[in-house]
Amino acid sequence: MKEDTSSTPDVLVIGGGNAALCAALTAREAGASVLLLEAAPREWRGGNSSHTRNLRCMHNAPQDVLTDAYPEEEFWLDLKKVTGGRTNEQLARLAIRESSRCRDWMRRHGVHFQPSLSGTLHLSRTNAFFMGGGKALVNAYYRSAEALGVRIRYEAPVDRLEVVDGQFRAAWIGQERIAARACVLASGGFESNREWLREAWGQNADGEWPADNFAIRGTRFNLGVLLKAMMEAGADTIGDPSQSHCVAVDARAPLYDGGICTRIDCVSLGIVVNKHAQRFYDEGEDFWPKRYAIWGRLVAQQPGQVGFSVIDSKAVGRFMPPVFPGAKADTLEGLARQLGLDEEAFVRTVHDYNAACRVGTFDHTVLDDCHTDDVTPAKSHWALPLDTPPFYGYALKPGITFTYLGLKVDERAAAHFEGEPSRNLFVAGEMMAGNVLGQGYTAGVGMTIGTVFGRIAGASAAAAATKEGVEHATA
Amino acid sequence: MQQLEALLREASDLAEGVIAPSAAEAEVERVMKICNACRYCEGFCAVFPAMTRRLEFAQADIHYLANLCHNCGACLHACQYAPPHEFAVNIPQAMAKVRGQTYSDFAWPSSLGTLYRNNGLTVALALAAGLALFLMMALAKNGTLFHAPLAGDFYAIFPHNLLVSMFGPVFLFVAVALGLGVAKFWRGISAGDPNAAAIAETAQDVLKLKYLDGGHGQGCPNADDASTLARRRFHHLTFYGFMLCFAATCVATLYHYVFGWAAPYAITSLPVLLGTLGGIGLLVGPAGLLWLNVRRHARHGDAAQKPMDRGFIALLLLTSATGLALLAGRDTAAMALLLAAHLGAVMALFLTMPYGKFAHGIFRTAALLKWAIEKRAPNPVGVGSE
Repeated sequence: MKEDTSSTPDVLVIGGGNAALCAALTAREAGASVLLLEAAPREWRGGNSSHTRNLRCMHNAPQDVLTDAYPEEEFWLDLKKVTGGRTNEQLARLAIRESSRCRDWMRRHGVHFQPSLSGTLHLSRTNAFFMGGGKALVNAYYRSAEALGVRIRYEAPVDRLEVVDGQFRAAWIGQERIAARACVLASGGFESNREWLREAWGQNADGEWPADNFAIRGTRFNLGVLLKAMMEAGADTIGDPSQSHCVAVDARAPLYDGGICTRIDCVSLGIVVNKHAQRFYDEGEDFWPKRYAIWGRLVAQQPGQVGFSVIDSKAVGRFMPPVFPGAKADTLEGLARQLGLDEEAFVRTVHDYNAACRVGTFDHTVLDDCHTDDVTPAKSHWALPLDTPPFYGYALKPGITFTYLGLKVDERAAAHFEGEPSRNLFVAGEMMAGNVLGQGYTAGVGMTIGTVFGRIAGASAAAAATKEGVEHATA
Repeated sequence: MQQLEALLREASDLAEGVIAPSAAEAEVERVMKICNACRYCEGFCAVFPAMTRRLEFAQADIHYLANLCHNCGACLHACQYAPPHEFAVNIPQAMAKVRGQTYSDFAWPSSLGTLYRNNGLTVALALAAGLALFLMMALAKNGTLFHAPLAGDFYAIFPHNLLVSMFGPVFLFVAVALGLGVAKFWRGISAGDPNAAAIAETAQDVLKLKYLDGGHGQGCPNADDASTLARRRFHHLTFYGFMLCFAATCVATLYHYVFGWAAPYAITSLPVLLGTLGGIGLLVGPAGLLWLNVRRHARHGDAAQKPMDRGFIALLLLTSATGLALLAGRDTAAMALLLAAHLGAVMALFLTMPYGKFAHGIFRTAALLKWAIEKRAPNPVGVGSE
């Protein structure tokens, strides 16, 4: 069972997604010998990165797939806004500036970019899309890593770390000890750990454990084992331990790895009711991409953690096609039956809403003047009566993208113990994203943080390992 | 409107007696709906941009998209929903299965469409028949397959007019059968009227094999997720090799009928030079394609069609190999044998053209032309603009 004792790597990278790969590639380029441990089997490698599609990046002039300009200051203000100020400006600006420089490096390692996808025109200026998406990027990085001589082990879940006085000594997989001169932790958050998630979300007033009804949008391998191990070892943490990025997804979404296609895109075009057939929030508050993330939490707060997005046939073709067909009926009663809702209550809710609609000039591209009067909650925009059968309904449940709890780092991506940076233990990706993204989200910023801090962590680890090597040689 | 259209379509389907979708078609519809909610692969090829112009996938759309797919495999390796994911999305495979079905369904005459199934047997039988025919003819006429060297005079074995009377009708039949088949396909996918720009773009897409470039110019996957231009290059060698051989025949025909110059032609003559170059292309290209086919990732395409792929490749290889062997041995006593072998292979190649892998080029060209036409029209689905 003992492996790697004869050839202690300079740098051990724990994790197998974008940040881990960026760290491994950078450390290898710096001349370090690198071993990468991916918990998942090969066919599930790449973690949540396999579900991503773009990188938010700063640029001062149009570039290949990016239109116009997205200067540092604008990126920073966007980040400050979405995080409500829960960010570290120094690290955030570092990520932003490096995002303008990393794409040539990505290309050298086989990543290709494509213009923004149809239906995502609003991102063509700020986000560079990976051709084929995140899994293609992950494949390219693994290929490049193998070519450069990075050793890769799959199905290698590290279960504990040997950290002495804030210094990394070894990682353990069961009975196997893997020592290294430096280590990069990039093994994600804890969103796939159902127990932990349950604990973090707690119990509601009705005695329900909301997290029991969540889908995990990404990998099933982000169990937070090393996050917990680091906390127990006394590492400094950052980010709200009880919070996660949560969106409304189709209730039929798989428990794990549903990715992007399970999102329901028609909320702002109709109404959303809970399992008692009651509306509970302004569906027309703001443009859908901006509101995308709040509906997961809203649904999580409803009884049974379920909601139903209802539209009529006027909305068909105006939103991204859903992956599963909706319930479809020619009458409201029929739709209620299919959705398992109380018919009378549902029809009353729709009639009340319809009667409250003040239809002006419908325009889904602006905050239009179609709104409701005298109904609670109000719908402030795009309020058209549901009057054109057939009617469609989609059951919604909360889908967790990632958790915010992370490890505190500095501009070298070093882990911290009681405020002191570790000399040879570094953190990248989702495990430290909370330093920059304390709450909220904006498209592509997770990949920005993962890429930038992955590369920084790799370089720092290579430097630390080489230095240690020199010290050993001269001792 | 969408609903009304769907109803109208259902009604017209019923009226025209359209058959229920096959399992292969239903699978394409299933996976296209997943892809349409994801769209990460838009940059790879034309299939995905064509998909985003649709919300529903009727049979005609499925036939069109299946033939637009070049089975490059890029989307399979990039797919977050590919097996072992429970969505089990495998676009190249789903499309390949429908493609195989469309070749068969649109074949003319339709009764011969079944020749696509068990295509390895079809090819083998055609080859055996072709070889037997010419060997027996040579024997019957000359009494022996070996003879005193004839200095390359093919017509001493098979008179010119005899060959014309045999290959002329076969060639004509091939053109008619493929033409009628693809015309039926074209009507089925209701492709619209081509304009000059669309035709020019299609010609480029076909002649350059644009959609084997991976969308980024570095090629497409074969054995694994690495991009390689090998498949594109070997296709080019095959295609242009074939065209050079065809040009050699055309020039020789011109020599014969217009200038009255009778074969055999010198090694340095235009027909022999073209034929030799083409023969080399048609030797290297199919050999490379066979090598790639054997090494192909198991999840690419439809395994059941491998005999068809390899049967066609084998016939091409045999045609070029016998052709070059004939050139090398045309001054020897074995010329009759080599000639009979070459003519037998060529006959088998032509006979199976409307009922074998050759058809993929024809159907794909039609699908590419439809794409070139429809991409010039406004997107009927407004999702992107709202």
